[in-house]
Amino acid sequence: MTRRSALKVIAAAAAAPTVVGCEPGSQEAPPPDATAQPGNPLATGTAWDPDLVAPVVPWERTLTDRELATLAVLCDVIIPADDRSPAASAVGAQDFIDEWVSAPYPGMRRDKVLIRGGLVWLDAESSRRFGEGRAFGDLTDEERRGICDDICYLPEAAEDRKTAARFFAKVRDLTATAFYTTREGMDDLGYVGNSPLARWDAPPPDALRHVGLD
Amino acid sequence: MARAQEAYDVIIVGSGAAGGMCALILAVNGARVLLLEAGRHYDPVTETPMFQLPDEAPLRGGGTPEKPFGFYDATVDGGWSVPGEPYTSAEGANFRWWRARMLGGRTNHWGRISLRMGPYDFTPRSRDGLGFDWPMTYEDLAPYYDRTEALIGVYGSNEGLENTPDSSPGVLLPPPAPRVHELLTRKVCGEELGIPVVPAHLAILSETQDHEGWPARLFPNNPLAQRVVGESMRSRAACFWATPCGRGCSIKANFQSPTVLLPPALATGNLQVRTDAMVREVTVDARGRANGVHFIDKRTRLDEHVGARVVILAASACESARIMLNSRSGPFPDGIGNGSGLVGKYLMDTVGAGVGGQLPALENMPPHNQDGASAMHLYMPWWLYGEQARGRLDFARGYHIEFGGGRSMPGPGIFGGLERFTHGAYGQRFKEEARRYYGSFLWFDGRGEMIPNEDCYCEIDPDGVDQWGIPTLRFHWRWSSHELNQARHMQHTFRDIIEAMGGTVTSTVHDDGARAIAAPGQIIHEVGGAIMGSDPSRSVLNQYCQSWEVPNLFVADGAGFVSNADKNPTLSIMAVAWRASDYIVDEMRKGTFP
Repeated sequence: MTRRSALKVIAAAAAAPTVVGCEPGSQEAPPPDATAQPGNPLATGTAWDPDLVAPVVPWERTLTDRELATLAVLCDVIIPADDRSPAASAVGAQDFIDEWVSAPYPGMRRDKVLIRGGLVWLDAESSRRFGEGRAFGDLTDEERRGICDDICYLPEAAEDRKTAARFFAKVRDLTATAFYTTREGMDDLGYVGNSPLARWDAPPPDALRHVGLD
Repeated sequence: MARAQEAYDVIIVGSGAAGGMCALILAVNGARVLLLEAGRHYDPVTETPMFQLPDEAPLRGGGTPEKPFGFYDATVDGGWSVPGEPYTSAEGANFRWWRARMLGGRTNHWGRISLRMGPYDFTPRSRDGLGFDWPMTYEDLAPYYDRTEALIGVYGSNEGLENTPDSSPGVLLPPPAPRVHELLTRKVCGEELGIPVVPAHLAILSETQDHEGWPARLFPNNPLAQRVVGESMRSRAACFWATPCGRGCSIKANFQSPTVLLPPALATGNLQVRTDAMVREVTVDARGRANGVHFIDKRTRLDEHVGARVVILAASACESARIMLNSRSGPFPDGIGNGSGLVGKYLMDTVGAGVGGQLPALENMPPHNQDGASAMHLYMPWWLYGEQARGRLDFARGYHIEFGGGRSMPGPGIFGGLERFTHGAYGQRFKEEARRYYGSFLWFDGRGEMIPNEDCYCEIDPDGVDQWGIPTLRFHWRWSSHELNQARHMQHTFRDIIEAMGGTVTSTVHDDGARAIAAPGQIIHEVGGAIMGSDPSRSVLNQYCQSWEVPNLFVADGAGFVSNADKNPTLSIMAVAWRASDYIVDEMRKGTFP
């Protein structure tokens, strides 16, 4: 059964309203969208029993529009468009980072501090290096690279830039997660699975040759 | 308190590997069975997120405290913490207790790795003086391994290796062809390290089952069993080599109790299933025989009692021990069937340690589908029996190696470790490096035997109660040097494998086994707590999972295990439960349980 036909089967079943956001630590969730796909009537909708076939994010995003705009620019510095795939912002990397840092879990709350602080630093550094009032979003590509080159590799970052380097590493990891878990990112990598096969075959000859097993 | 509406022949507590198996075997033999499950109803056919991509899920499907194995993991109301159902660890124990409050329990989430215990594994004390021997032999259980494998569907091969039993001819389904990283690992391990790499055994249908032949062979002279099992087998599709098993399987190609054991049991008309029924205690009559159970209906929060001639606990090793310890009465002041004082004692988990690596040989691999069965196609059974016999190892017993990697579906955290290989690349170069490195990372995990000891046990916490009013467990734990040294050996071996393959180790390799070893409970293979034996003073159960003191009380899950071989326990739990069920059927026919 393909996923599409599975969804049809599920759609045929009576759907109960999804209850979300009632777990300790989670924030008030938006009301269920009436136009959303019908979900799993057996799931209770708690964080331990979410609807797996029609997922919802049961917490509000919290970053500001300005923070998101700066993040989008940084995400695209990290993963720009090329002839094989779009830029990170085109698949919503900044929105994923917002979802991540807004999540009600301790690790994400720490990341939120690191990332919000890093975004302020990025604008301040832009201003300091390239002229009063100029934010990261106002810089040229070359100017942005000037800042990022200093913080892209934590072991070699200057002492007074270690925190900025940790911020950059975190955003790079999250941008990669956001980008490569989308269809566009998977296509870029050449991930060709998640598709039903009539039979399972041995690796193709070029793959065996690649590792000297031909 | 509500009274029983109806009497049953048998009450089974728990619907997972053991409870599901007992329900099927008893129901096809005509027993009227009530199965009580503490979690909610669950239907893999309609609930499984087949093919969903990570970007459709919160946090790209990543793990959270409520869904530790990721959003799409099949587990419902489970994990190492269950809301409203706490447990505690004594200082320094740090035991982590995984539960799944859902129909089918942990069979929905498990890795489907289905390895038989071998002849040595039934006589460990006779071989090295440690732990206990089983009150049965490999030969006693072998027919039930055959039957279980044929019933649930297991792929694998017969390799004739030491203490790694072959199945009878025709039982196993053909193993899937290995993937590139598995072939490369096999070559290097075989040629340079002398480590055998052979087809893994997994409870996944690599082909459809012989639904016309097997039912008659498994259940001769039982038309009802043949009909319901035949229909069940016919309803299962073969694996289509996509979407991970851990999410569940809507086409029933892998083994889950709710798709493989419970449907044919229900089709007999002899089984009733009651979900959201949290069992608190087994009750006894004036003679000290079990006569039913108390449970809390989780929806009404009311205590109910239901009666039966036989009670089978199959709630998982620790939960079954908890129910026994909480079943205090005049004849059994320390818990039902606990005259030996051994209920809760000799808990075991599996020794786990892992190492990851990056392999240049796998970089820039020509794109091709490497999903396969989503789990292992190959593995390494324990291979150092000779070294151990010659005294060259500083630990007893062995481990097998599970490994994986390659071009699986990108998930959260992908390329999180790329910084060190790319000198902090970003921009266009990051994209190019990602293409180069994708699929070049492997991991190796050891799964080894823990020897039972006096310091690993659970007891009722005098200060603890859960939201159903049931006293909770407190765990105690201490590894022996056998486990710690084995964990170190694992990590050093995996480093050697990765380096022999020309790779770079990407995780920390410890010389201190205490730092290498996974936390107790983390591997989710806990067994023991109501061990079998041949001496009633030194065991809780006989070889048929039957309480020495309460002949109509059985504990059919992993609690009865007296050792925890490196062979993942689920297959053995099912084989032992089938054997116990046959014994119960025979005894019922003899009139043993009036």
